[in-house]
Amino acid sequence: MIHGVGLPFFLASMITLIGALAAATMRNLVHCALSLTVAFGGLALIYLQLDAQFAGFAQILVYIGAVAILVVFAILLTRGVGTTLIHVYAQKWILGLLLAAGVFALLGWAVLTSIPRVAAPEIAVPTVLTIGQSLMHDYVLPLEITAVLLTVALIGAVIVAMPEFKKNGGAE
Amino acid sequence: MTPLTAYLLLAAMIFALGLGIALTRRVAILVLIGIELMLNAANLNLIAFWRFGPHPEALTGMMFAIFSIAVAAAEAAVGLGLVIAYHRHARTTDLDAMTRMKG
Repeated sequence: MIHGVGLPFFLASMITLIGALAAATMRNLVHCALSLTVAFGGLALIYLQLDAQFAGFAQILVYIGAVAILVVFAILLTRGVGTTLIHVYAQKWILGLLLAAGVFALLGWAVLTSIPRVAAPEIAVPTVLTIGQSLMHDYVLPLEITAVLLTVALIGAVIVAMPEFKKNGGAE
Repeated sequence: MTPLTAYLLLAAMIFALGLGIALTRRVAILVLIGIELMLNAANLNLIAFWRFGPHPEALTGMMFAIFSIAVAAAEAAVGLGLVIAYHRHARTTDLDAMTRMKG
């Protein structure tokens, strides 16, 4: 794998940034969700370039396959297709924009002034076998906690989104 | 520019874009989209530091990123469930109109 700042990196980062920028500026909510999918795909490409194959495919499976679809479902459940918004931005949007630009300037300054020159050490690309073995040995407790968290969060999400029932049992 | 610097700058750009979406947009679902982008920028940082760190064979950073992806999926489900519940209650997802939490 190439670890320099080559053409694949620029292509993948352009895909990601253009997708995120489109999600920030488009007026139609469904278009925003679809351009978010493009940004997630670009990030998956970058993970693949960084030898993190498993994380890249997990990104495609979880974000493009589940989160983006969930966002589209929520948009359809709350608004309906094809509605274009009149008021897209909040009242004090210029303040938010300035804050985001300030955060980017701070992060960029910190990165550019403090990172030492490092080269990527040569490693064997981690296979699913090694990842599974370390999940079952070193990371078995976090794995179990994540399983409990996912169960609790999904049951909680269903209960929160469920229609409220009155005391006598009838739906609202 | 070293490769690590390029990856970290890209993550900073994605984080700033996500923060910009979360702070400027008016619809609650788009604010959730911005939060997802910020989480993704953090994941990219974790994987970049794992790959360019001194001990990539220990898999620590990538494991952290995988767990973070799982937690982000749970967060998205709960957040969108809250948005749907609020929409059923108040018939709007406009954040400027969400001025009260009580029913």
